[in-house]
Amino acid sequence: MISLYHRADSIIHRVPAGAKLLALVGLSSGLFIFDNVWAASGAVGIVLVLYAIAQIPLKVAFSQIKPVLYLLVLFFVAQGFFVGWDVAVLIVARFAALILAAGLITLTTLTSNMVGAIEAGLRPFSRWIAVDKVSLALSLAIRFIPVVATLTTEVREAQRVRGLESNIFAIAMPVIIRTLKMGTQIAEALDARSFGASD
Amino acid sequence: MIRVQSVSVEIEGSLILQNLTLDLDQKRIGIVGLNGSGKSTFARLLNGLQLPTSGKVTVAGDDTKTDGKAVRRNVGFVFQNPENQIVYPTVSEDLAFGLKNLKKKKEQITELVSKALEEYALSHLAHSFTHHLSGGEKQMIALIGVMIMEPNYIVMDEPTTLLDLRNKRRLMSVIEQLKQSVFMVTHDLDLLGSFDRVLCFHKGQLAADDVPSVAIPKYLEFCAE
Repeated sequence: MISLYHRADSIIHRVPAGAKLLALVGLSSGLFIFDNVWAASGAVGIVLVLYAIAQIPLKVAFSQIKPVLYLLVLFFVAQGFFVGWDVAVLIVARFAALILAAGLITLTTLTSNMVGAIEAGLRPFSRWIAVDKVSLALSLAIRFIPVVATLTTEVREAQRVRGLESNIFAIAMPVIIRTLKMGTQIAEALDARSFGASD
Repeated sequence: MIRVQSVSVEIEGSLILQNLTLDLDQKRIGIVGLNGSGKSTFARLLNGLQLPTSGKVTVAGDDTKTDGKAVRRNVGFVFQNPENQIVYPTVSEDLAFGLKNLKKKKEQITELVSKALEEYALSHLAHSFTHHLSGGEKQMIALIGVMIMEPNYIVMDEPTTLLDLRNKRRLMSVIEQLKQSVFMVTHDLDLLGSFDRVLCFHKGQLAADDVPSVAIPKYLEFCAE
């Protein structure tokens, strides 16, 4: 969600985020209810067709599954040897369908819409949960991951130029302190922009 | 008008500002002073980010202590580091944040965001990720994020510190055209030439309060000490 959004004008992009998340829940449940290879392979096929409709290039689609490719191969071989090759195909196809489907939602949904959908889903529980705060917390987490990554790089480089090579403890302390300071400033910025003004 | 009445601020046992009384009704007011002189604390008093230990600050009649929310709607604040002011991953989402807090309707938010970006010739950044922007672009987005909420006053705490000369000039030309009253804390004295009034702080007190041609030389005297 940080930088994966792939801009295009497709019907998949226009589907409301809530509907996409519900569809993902439906797909996950369906894959476990219809416990056979054909259903799982069919789901992979349908998800790939949806990628094409969403105008997502093949390379980008592949990048969704690439990080877990080794894991899928490991599952396939282990299940094949110990349980049977039918089950191995079923398990891998099921995981691939779910990972690709989740990736498709990420690629076609803006963070604000995703957070908005989670907010709408939590709304019925607003008596017990501060929905606005939960949704803001999600957005802030997404927004500040690259900022904290940059901060960590800065600290590491500052230590390297003074002769200290990688040392996790030496890096963690200044990063934590600067992050906490940043947190105070962010809280003030939220106040200054009237967050919670309607409470 | 913003009224500061017999205000003192004490933080962790240190007296940061001492017994200040002044009315602020000019369009452009500069705030200068050495590091630790109390100028940033003073700026933060104006929208209630800092509350006075004694005395009171009112903005159009609203007390920062008791009507904080009303004051913050009326007084926008631009921080020195825009990185900490931008809270959403994309530009249009971030600009929408303040409007959502003002409970504007979704269609109205979309329209206002695109109008604001158009006005500052930044429409091409609407869907950019905020962590990909340059320093100048980030500061502009932080400023637009405040402007879009239509406050009557804008406080800026050293907004040009992290900018190169080109972006500094650009930001200043935008600030010059603002219809709001602007209070700017800065070390950049060139920016204050056209201002109506300059407040110079020294050791927690208001050492000079005059037109730039009188107040700035006073500040330079402190710098030379």
